Amino acid sequence: MLARADRGRLAGLLAPAYLWLTAAVFLPLSAMLWFAFLTDVPFGGREASLTLDNFARALTNPTYRILLGKSLELGLIVTALCALIGFPCALVLAKAIRGRAREALFLLVILPFWSNSLVRIFSWAIVLRGNGVLDSAVNWISPWPVDVNLMFSQSAIVIGLVHSYLPYMILTCYLALQGIDDALIEAARSLGAGPLRILWRLLIPLAAPGLIAGAVLIFVPVVGSFMEPRILGGRVGTYFGTVIEDQFIAVFNWPLGAALSFCLLAVVLVILAIAAPVLRRAA
Amino acid sequence: MRLTLTCALALLTAPALADEIRMLNWQGYGTDLPWAVAAFTAATGHTVVHDYFNSEQEMLTKLRTNPGAYDVVLINSAFTAQAQAEGLLAPIDPTLIANFADLDPSLAGNPDLSPGGALYGVPWTWGLTSFAVSTDVFAEPPTSLAVFWDPAYAGRVSIRDDALEAVQFAALATGQNINDITDLDAVRAKLAALMPQISAYWSSENDWNQFMAAGDFAIGTYWSGSAARSAAAGLPVAFVVPDEGAIGWLDGLSIPATSTHQAAAHAFIDWMIDPDFYVRWEPDGAPASANAAAAAALPETSFNRAVLGDPAVVARVQFMQPVSDEDREAYLALWQDLKAQQ
Repeated sequence: MLARADRGRLAGLLAPAYLWLTAAVFLPLSAMLWFAFLTDVPFGGREASLTLDNFARALTNPTYRILLGKSLELGLIVTALCALIGFPCALVLAKAIRGRAREALFLLVILPFWSNSLVRIFSWAIVLRGNGVLDSAVNWISPWPVDVNLMFSQSAIVIGLVHSYLPYMILTCYLALQGIDDALIEAARSLGAGPLRILWRLLIPLAAPGLIAGAVLIFVPVVGSFMEPRILGGRVGTYFGTVIEDQFIAVFNWPLGAALSFCLLAVVLVILAIAAPVLRRAA
Repeated sequence: MRLTLTCALALLTAPALADEIRMLNWQGYGTDLPWAVAAFTAATGHTVVHDYFNSEQEMLTKLRTNPGAYDVVLINSAFTAQAQAEGLLAPIDPTLIANFADLDPSLAGNPDLSPGGALYGVPWTWGLTSFAVSTDVFAEPPTSLAVFWDPAYAGRVSIRDDALEAVQFAALATGQNINDITDLDAVRAKLAALMPQISAYWSSENDWNQFMAAGDFAIGTYWSGSAARSAAAGLPVAFVVPDEGAIGWLDGLSIPATSTHQAAAHAFIDWMIDPDFYVRWEPDGAPASANAAAAAALPETSFNRAVLGDPAVVARVQFMQPVSDEDREAYLALWQDLKAQQ
């Protein structure tokens, strides 16, 4: 039981955080939810009334269903690849490397975060296009001419997104792996467990919270991504996120764009809710 | 007489001294040339600040959501009526624009710029949406739109990511009137057949130049003014007005209803249609001027005389008219559906 003075102090200390959450998260989101139920944007004297039309259009139009499927598939591929690449990296960082070398490697992992994401994506465009850096490098090594043009394909989008989001997976897995006592691994080894068995029965289950946190952090933004598909995907770069972007920027249909965003949010929440028990058991 | 003139000048200039005009335009489209702005500032004392848009819809969005933020805005004649109907524009007084009398009468009298009878846009420039090819790939420029569907150029074709332009382009290719498309199924089939040929869509002149320079494009739909600019910048491109025709457009300068510097805005529009400005801008790849006196002042070899001056070319052009919301929505649905299936 907190004393009255303590409770007062607690409220005072927590107030800035809650005020910030209200101003930065709750207010804009509820404004968008409000837009989703309007017939038109209430700016510049335009008439707007309440309607469910936007949600009806978002849910019934087959174009949006196709795109939603494409976006969810993209999210799964990118998340899986990030886990496959990120977990071993985190394992090496946490268990195999010590001292200055670890600091240097950490810096390299975080480095992409310090550059603008648009710059990163345009750099990938330079690397991946035909006659680009990758094409020239492969042809310089290879004895026969190889045509490496990954630009404007799903592969290009996946490469760009994995590069952008990999640090999340490495950092969350690193924290989880760091918390595993080395004595546990030594005990397992002394009881005759091989490296694969240690990985499968010990490290992955104990690091599961980190893997799951990383997966959620990556899956949610990737499903709604629009900039990477648009730049690296070319003709095949139309996804649910790019259609939402079009509604806001190109055709000025904010209500439909907001309705599409909340449909996406609902689908992602449902997926996370379904996956939650499975993931918790894994953890 | 002299006194009246002095009074008129005093009235014109007195309240407008050292105003800051905010101009909304495509980036790199004439009004933001440093020498032009400097000359205007030197002559009138007004300074010019620019903001940019990447699509007509973004321009309308900015006008709607930022009342009072702009004093002059570039609006394509197909959108002037819509902007006026939404109450976004102020009527323009031609008597405040000395160069207005020299404008080509057919352009100055274009009904699309005078919705409801009053003038809401001063015709500034006009040109074509057609296509350009890389002269590295084509020794001889093609003469037909059919080249877009030629399997030899699969993966090196581009069109702009714009529903209206895509549909009108396919309407030309299927021999229809772009302002009265009767067979939308033929348009859809034609575009569906085009999709596998496309590498990426382009959305700005800068995009187009980069893709063309990198060799991603061999053929792309393009604007005549942009093609002249790209060629002047050294890109190996040739602009083509095919046998099927081309889409004509007319850009006007308008003043938002919420502008707080209307007199200075009129003065800037006057300078923008001035022959002195146009003759200096034209060698950099400007589109055709709406000012007949400015066009007459050009050397005979210029792009706007050589390519757009041919009466046979002009006869093939279909000028864009305003598009109804229903048609626009139908085109958008068609285009989004085609894109989603890729």
